[in-house]
Amino acid sequence: MASPRMIGGIVAIAVIAGAIAAAAIVWRPAIAAIEPPAPQSFDSALVKRGRDLADIGNCNDCHTVRGAKDFAGGLAVPTPFGIIYSSNITPDPETGIGRWSEAAFRRAMQSGVDRDGRHLYPTFPYDHFTHVSDEDDRALYAYLMTRRPVHAPARDNQLSFPFNQRLVVAGWKLLFLRPGSYQPDLTKSTEWNRGAYLVEGLAHCGACHTPRNALGAERTRAAFAGGDVDDWHAFAINSQSPAPVPWDADALFMYLRQGWHPDHGVARGPMAQVVRNLSDVPESDVRAIATYIADMFGAPAPDRKRRGDDLLARAASRPAQPPSGGSGNAGGEALYAAACASCHGGERAPPYGGIDLALSSAISGPDARNAANTVLMGIRPREGERGPIMPGFADSMTDQQIAALLTYLRASFSHQPPWTDTAEIVRNARDTPADASKRDRP
Amino acid sequence: MMKLNVNGSDRQVDADPDTPLLYVLRDDLQLNAAKFGCGLGQCGSCTVIVDGKAVLSCVTPVVLLEGRKVTTLEGLGTIEAPAPIQRAFIEEQAAQCGYCIAGMMMRAQALLQRNSKPTEAEIRAELGLHLCRCGTHMRILRAMHRAAKLMQTADASPTQRRTP
Repeated sequence: MASPRMIGGIVAIAVIAGAIAAAAIVWRPAIAAIEPPAPQSFDSALVKRGRDLADIGNCNDCHTVRGAKDFAGGLAVPTPFGIIYSSNITPDPETGIGRWSEAAFRRAMQSGVDRDGRHLYPTFPYDHFTHVSDEDDRALYAYLMTRRPVHAPARDNQLSFPFNQRLVVAGWKLLFLRPGSYQPDLTKSTEWNRGAYLVEGLAHCGACHTPRNALGAERTRAAFAGGDVDDWHAFAINSQSPAPVPWDADALFMYLRQGWHPDHGVARGPMAQVVRNLSDVPESDVRAIATYIADMFGAPAPDRKRRGDDLLARAASRPAQPPSGGSGNAGGEALYAAACASCHGGERAPPYGGIDLALSSAISGPDARNAANTVLMGIRPREGERGPIMPGFADSMTDQQIAALLTYLRASFSHQPPWTDTAEIVRNARDTPADASKRDRP
Repeated sequence: MMKLNVNGSDRQVDADPDTPLLYVLRDDLQLNAAKFGCGLGQCGSCTVIVDGKAVLSCVTPVVLLEGRKVTTLEGLGTIEAPAPIQRAFIEEQAAQCGYCIAGMMMRAQALLQRNSKPTEAEIRAELGLHLCRCGTHMRILRAMHRAAKLMQTADASPTQRRTP
């Protein structure tokens, strides 16, 4: 029979072993600070490649507050656990990454740990960035270290216990971080593999387009099945896509490159910055992304393909005749005829006219949020950007009128069942405008 | 027949409910300040104020205006007694051809009514959807700042003021 002393000893050993194991998971050493390298010490071709990669990675979307200094961070990112502020990734020695070595930068990308050894919250999508090659990390580092340094101290995150404890993040990583470089699939083309490398890695498309679980991690088994972000729905980009006309690689390329496609509509919400960034990068990379994503959509089922072709044929015979009468929603129908049809049922296709709403993913989407956002705020290209324009109706229509309109549009321009909670979604959309102001200077 | 409240008075108009407000203002009520530019809500020259908010009258069917108050430029001031926003635009000579200016002034008025001291960035963001091809943008911006000062010092907000 074991003496109490022996049991005590075993418990003590177990506790110590556990603590060591936990420390091994949690504890990361600091990486020595360096003298900020001179910008001219970086090869200019490497810097240029880093710029393209930073665009593909959409870095400026989170790390730049609109109207403020590039890459100085400070953007509030709302999460179910609280607000996390993006960090300053300019080469400022005190408040940015000026004293980070390339090894420290690479560690942050690969395992979400900062130079001091602190675990970073996965709002920084290192679950994707871990797949970025060392070579691309080097180019990104060269680009960021040659930006203008900005003195901008980090803002304190607004997280409650236990989420304000960074060791929680270590546990999260154990569960959800799968480190490792991208392994090419040799049965696929070079272009497909390039696309997969970008999409799964730097471009982190799944961060918005894959639904998340209760712990905020992507549900990898539902990859690309659609997610919610910043009060917008990021549509499914797999076989569950709500797009009335099935996407193909050419359409994706055009959409990602110019921000809209006549058969699909305009990229808005958080996607607007993505397409803006992709308009500037090498064409071959956008083609590769389109090729891979087209494969994620998969070939459409024959009936879906046929319906898409029918819709396109009908849209081609503009002006589209709005289905009239019998909708049982005279209010919504009248609003469509009076306020929408002049553009959406007119003779001109996008970008000079509105899309035939039978082609719109927003009207066929899983909930009314994107359509409500668009009716309320309209579509407005940002300064210096080209793109279609739609006036917003927030100040001329009441919530009730917008809800009636959306109900009519859903019934008349999609094959999907009616939306639920449309009135409430409209009210929420008005109360928490999901426009770019979310990302404006606080 | 339907009833519209325009510039403080109730007007009976004989129009289909889906008629754009702009047509009713110009064709039925002879209020010609709001201009037809694009007819698609893209240029801003048709802007009027509805319940204190700037609204594009070319894409606003009158069916939406039951029980709401419409204000046009004619409702702000007169030639003899221009409203602060009008005085500011005149004093800065902010119009060249002037086609877009009535709409600009209405959005400017709505902005100044809810924010008496807008920043340059706020003014630019607000007026960003108004197109002007003459290029008086810098004068328009100056007029906005002047109007903000005028409203704070001289006159009360014109909405509280009854025009003759």
